[in-house]
Amino acid sequence: MKKVTVGTLESSDCQITLSPATHRHVVIDSVVQAVFGEAIEAVIHRVLDQAGLDSVRVDVIDKGALDYAIEARLKTAIKYYEEAADEKELSIHTG
Amino acid sequence: MPVFYKTLDACLDALPLQSGMACSFHHHLRNGDGVLNQVCAALEARGMRDLHLYPSSIFPVHAPLADMIRRGTVSHLTTSYINGPVAEALGEGALKGTLRMQTHGGRARAFKEGDNQVDIAFIAAPAVDRDGHASGTLGPTACGSLGYALSDVAHARIKVLVTDHLVDTLDTPQIDGAAIDAVVVCESLGDPRGILSGTTAPTRDPIGVKIARQAIEVMDAAGMIYEGFSYQSGAGGISLRATQLLEQSMVTRGVQASFFSGGITGMHARMLAAGRVQKLYDVQCFDLEAVKSLASHPDHHAISADAYANPANPERIIKNLGTVILGATEVDLAFNVNVTTDSYNTIIGGSGGHADTAEDAALTLIVTPLLKARIPIVREQVTTMTTAGAHIDVIVTERGIAVNPRRKDLMSKLQAAGCDLVDLPSLLARAHALSGPPKTWESKGRKIGIVEGRRGEIIDTLFGKVAIP
Repeated sequence: MKKVTVGTLESSDCQITLSPATHRHVVIDSVVQAVFGEAIEAVIHRVLDQAGLDSVRVDVIDKGALDYAIEARLKTAIKYYEEAADEKELSIHTG
Repeated sequence: MPVFYKTLDACLDALPLQSGMACSFHHHLRNGDGVLNQVCAALEARGMRDLHLYPSSIFPVHAPLADMIRRGTVSHLTTSYINGPVAEALGEGALKGTLRMQTHGGRARAFKEGDNQVDIAFIAAPAVDRDGHASGTLGPTACGSLGYALSDVAHARIKVLVTDHLVDTLDTPQIDGAAIDAVVVCESLGDPRGILSGTTAPTRDPIGVKIARQAIEVMDAAGMIYEGFSYQSGAGGISLRATQLLEQSMVTRGVQASFFSGGITGMHARMLAAGRVQKLYDVQCFDLEAVKSLASHPDHHAISADAYANPANPERIIKNLGTVILGATEVDLAFNVNVTTDSYNTIIGGSGGHADTAEDAALTLIVTPLLKARIPIVREQVTTMTTAGAHIDVIVTERGIAVNPRRKDLMSKLQAAGCDLVDLPSLLARAHALSGPPKTWESKGRKIGIVEGRRGEIIDTLFGKVAIP
């Protein structure tokens, strides 16, 4: 079971966790859910599409990050997730 | 000469209590205040209903008041600032009567002119002597200036001091015992840790530092840093950074300020001690260093809200104020500022001295990041009006400085100085380019209160919390 977490819970940042799933499953918990929830979801799917990643669960805890910050966090998470593909332990990257 | 009581109950036994009466409190103990909660619980236990409270501010520590509002013990509320659970109760529409939000100066005016009619003022007093004189600079719950309580002392029908520290004699009392009817000695006024929040540090966030630097550049370009200038700013991280940068600029130029006013911090006190400023006019101390300075420095003066900001007082200090630096929760295209509610109608603060100083100061600067946690601070229209755009001169953000078109004089000075000027519609567009277009929805909720201007005029309506879909 591989699972990676990147990012922080500071204001204007987000924390993203990737874990294996049978299909793509995106869960967003944002302080600006009502105003920007759909926009956040769109960024997540766009980056996942670009990476060709479907069998994954994405948990986003968002503290008001801008799109480019979310995109950068997710790309980093995907990189670690793929590197950790052969590892068995939980991997956490923050900052 | 007041009567001294050993317990609150003994004092309440002697007072003419009745349902529907009006009681006032001050907020110098801030989030450490135990007096409002103690008194209101005792009044509720005596079966009082429909009270009209006039606390100068309400903090999260006043959570029990939320349920007293829901139970109908408290039916009317007049205050200058609300933060915490009480705001939630108000947003639910739990208050049966009226909610009025006043400015600090407006509250002083309303007491003086009889708009605020208070039956009993319960005044937390950190130290009281045997003649009933009171001071805020001594005792376990020392808070410094008692500026906001002095209207209550002057105008409430019955004045009750509540203290946990009796002394023999006070040399320089802030409240004259001759005006006081009763003194209650209780175990504790509250939690000192909540009273003085400790020294807030100047921001180190690069966006905050840039905003602070630009604010001082604007002040400089506007010609507001000169021998004998005056200045006021808050205790937030950006304000403190700005004050620090201002001091550097003063040292470089070799100028001394005539006065700093409003809420005072250790940074202001150190500048007084260093001779950078001649006088501090202190309506509220924010940290222990400020309290110590007030107790010891002859040019550090505690002033009343009336002397500070009452618009009907021609001698008010801020009438001569040069520059004020203020914050914003929202700013709109007409330069109106909201610091009263968030964008969903929930009350998160209130004017305090915002509208007072903005109107009176020669130069009013708003400092704010363009976005706070993705939410654009610049909007088409503010959710709630705290301070009218007519009183706002410049909005300083990290992505541009907007000058009120009304101030053509400033515009040309700032242009000449090379400031990064932008009009508000462009600033709004910059904000949206970063955040994406914010989703909006129509829902006003029901009316829950009013916002008063300094002179008691109604400037906006407060609505219940917006249902977020």
